[in-house]
Amino acid sequence: MRTILVWIPPVRLSELPKGALAVVERVLDVHAADPIAQRLRDLGFVDGEPVRVVAVGPMGGDPVLIQIGFTRFALRLAEAARVSVRTGVAA
Amino acid sequence: MSASTLRIALVGNPNCGKTALFNLLTGGRQKVANYAGVTVERKEGRFMAPSGRLLQILDLPGTYSLEANSPDEQITRDICAGTYPGEAVPDLIVCVADATNLRLHLRFVLEVQRLGRPVVLALNMMDTARSRGIVIDVSELQRRLGLPVVETVAVKRGGAQALIEQVDGEVPAAAPRRPSDAASRADLHAQVRELLAATVTMPRVTAEIDDALDRWTLHPVFGLAILAVVMFLVFQAVYSLGKPMTDAIGDGFGWLGGHVAAWMPAGPLQSLVNDGLFGGLGTVLGFLPEILVLFLFIIVLEESGYLPRAAFLLDRLMLSVGLTGRSFIPLLSSFACAIPGIMGTRSITDPRDRLATILIAPLMTCSARLPVYALLIGAFIPTHYVFGVFNLQGIVLFALYLAGILGAMLVGWVMKHIRRDKSEHALMMELPSYRVPKLRDVAIGLYERGMIFLRRLTGVILGLTVLMWFLSTFPGAPEGATLPAIDYSFAGYIGRGLQYVFAPIGFNWEISLALIPAFAARETAVAALATVYLVGGESGGLGQALAGQIPLASALSLLVWFAYAPQCMSTLAIIKRETDSWRNVAISFGYMFVMAYTASFIVYQVTRALT
Repeated sequence: MRTILVWIPPVRLSELPKGALAVVERVLDVHAADPIAQRLRDLGFVDGEPVRVVAVGPMGGDPVLIQIGFTRFALRLAEAARVSVRTGVAA
Repeated sequence: MSASTLRIALVGNPNCGKTALFNLLTGGRQKVANYAGVTVERKEGRFMAPSGRLLQILDLPGTYSLEANSPDEQITRDICAGTYPGEAVPDLIVCVADATNLRLHLRFVLEVQRLGRPVVLALNMMDTARSRGIVIDVSELQRRLGLPVVETVAVKRGGAQALIEQVDGEVPAAAPRRPSDAASRADLHAQVRELLAATVTMPRVTAEIDDALDRWTLHPVFGLAILAVVMFLVFQAVYSLGKPMTDAIGDGFGWLGGHVAAWMPAGPLQSLVNDGLFGGLGTVLGFLPEILVLFLFIIVLEESGYLPRAAFLLDRLMLSVGLTGRSFIPLLSSFACAIPGIMGTRSITDPRDRLATILIAPLMTCSARLPVYALLIGAFIPTHYVFGVFNLQGIVLFALYLAGILGAMLVGWVMKHIRRDKSEHALMMELPSYRVPKLRDVAIGLYERGMIFLRRLTGVILGLTVLMWFLSTFPGAPEGATLPAIDYSFAGYIGRGLQYVFAPIGFNWEISLALIPAFAARETAVAALATVYLVGGESGGLGQALAGQIPLASALSLLVWFAYAPQCMSTLAIIKRETDSWRNVAISFGYMFVMAYTASFIVYQVTRALT
């Protein structure tokens, strides 16, 4: 039987619905020396780290609450959009 | 300082229990709570170790990284690096880590270790970790990290024993100093994963209770409903629990004053004791129970871990008025007093968000305004029940608090639109685990706040009350005077002068006069009114005197004035200190004066037209 390899394109953490599981690919700098991106990396948003969308804010789904490691962080959508993630079985 | 004094700095991620550990070690009473950013300053304490060596402990603001993003994080970074002005580099760094949150906290430990200074790791909250079934192989962790690791429970007596023994012994050797660059910072995460895999087993990544509670408290509909109910109950409780005690104290002092006065010869001294001290101060002291009830709720909310949830729910709303969810906690503590609230803004990363929060914090109704509100509401608003359960007085009180909040939103919105720099603001806020508030912490918090109130009462409020009595008593009425004696006193002249400014918003000269001492401490307005009316010959309670002397329109106008008025001096002083700018002081004084005057003018004129 042949194994079919499916490439799942990375999406942004901000695009995931509530309850979704994903794995961080990387954090993208929006501009040079982006302090928000650097802080996200320090908080543990690094390649291979599993994340989960725990809750979304009552107004416009912003901010989102992300479980990473043993910690929950509230991120605005603009912050979550810096995190590119892989979803599905590829995790 | 003797050569054997050891200087120890407590560092770690926010909300890992550094301050609780500091209090346990030094017997201090620094504020602890369950959210990131409680400690925004360096605090120093000392204690004598069993060996007789003096240990000097520094409690530092928590930070996720030595790449500081906010003023409080910079303090920690600079002290660790030895570049903080006037502060020698610490002999030993105690890195505190939450044992239930090692994925995040160990990274910071590794970052600190790279500074090349002696480090001890304290695994705090070991009791919670055990009850959640988390098993940590401490000796293996110690071997792999290459630094001493001790277990602590900062909230238990004797919970720091292992740490004391460790720091009292030899200072451990420092790891080699390593530069921090992007590549090495990425390595830290890989190291943490290895460490966790080798030393920690966790049955599940979160506490079950947190997940269960968050399903409700963060729910888009129920979450907001719960928040509204919690806030409303706080203000109802202030009234229904605090008010009976306030009345009892007020009556008690009236009775006591009457008896003491009966023993004294008639004259100015008797008037000072009866009208000034018992009438004035007694009235203010009576509000202590209401203030304590308010603080009880604030402290319990702070300890529980609920506040960051509220911040999460409100972030979007606050963003739309130029603030951030992070502003929520400093603004909520401003309901107690704007001074700790304004200091608490140091944990706000963005300087624009921080300034906006500082400028609107005084619009949150602080506890010093409570006596003024309670007095006027008690005198003018009937004890009527709405829907059979809600006290109308409680509702008016809630409405005044709401007026402050809506005013703050308006000001924030205006500031947002006149601000030139419109680049992105960050949130990135950690939501802690829920915790049952510790009785001891709540008791200490209430005691501290009660003592602050009593110190104000016996200090600035007492001084001002005596001054007000003096101004309303001297000089006495001339021969053949037709008006009451107080009209000829200094107070009468000053008050009538001020009335030119305040007549359009319905203040008589007595009220206008009381605004002056209120600028130093708001509660003094109550004492000042009591003194002026008692010296002026009114008998019975101050509430009755007011109800008889001023129309409803003036009373409502005064309530609204206190909701927005630029007060107090200490608040303006702390704005100067925190922003280092007289311009910001002028802006906040100016905008609040205009806002208070306008709102009072509208309320006064409209009420007069309707009644």
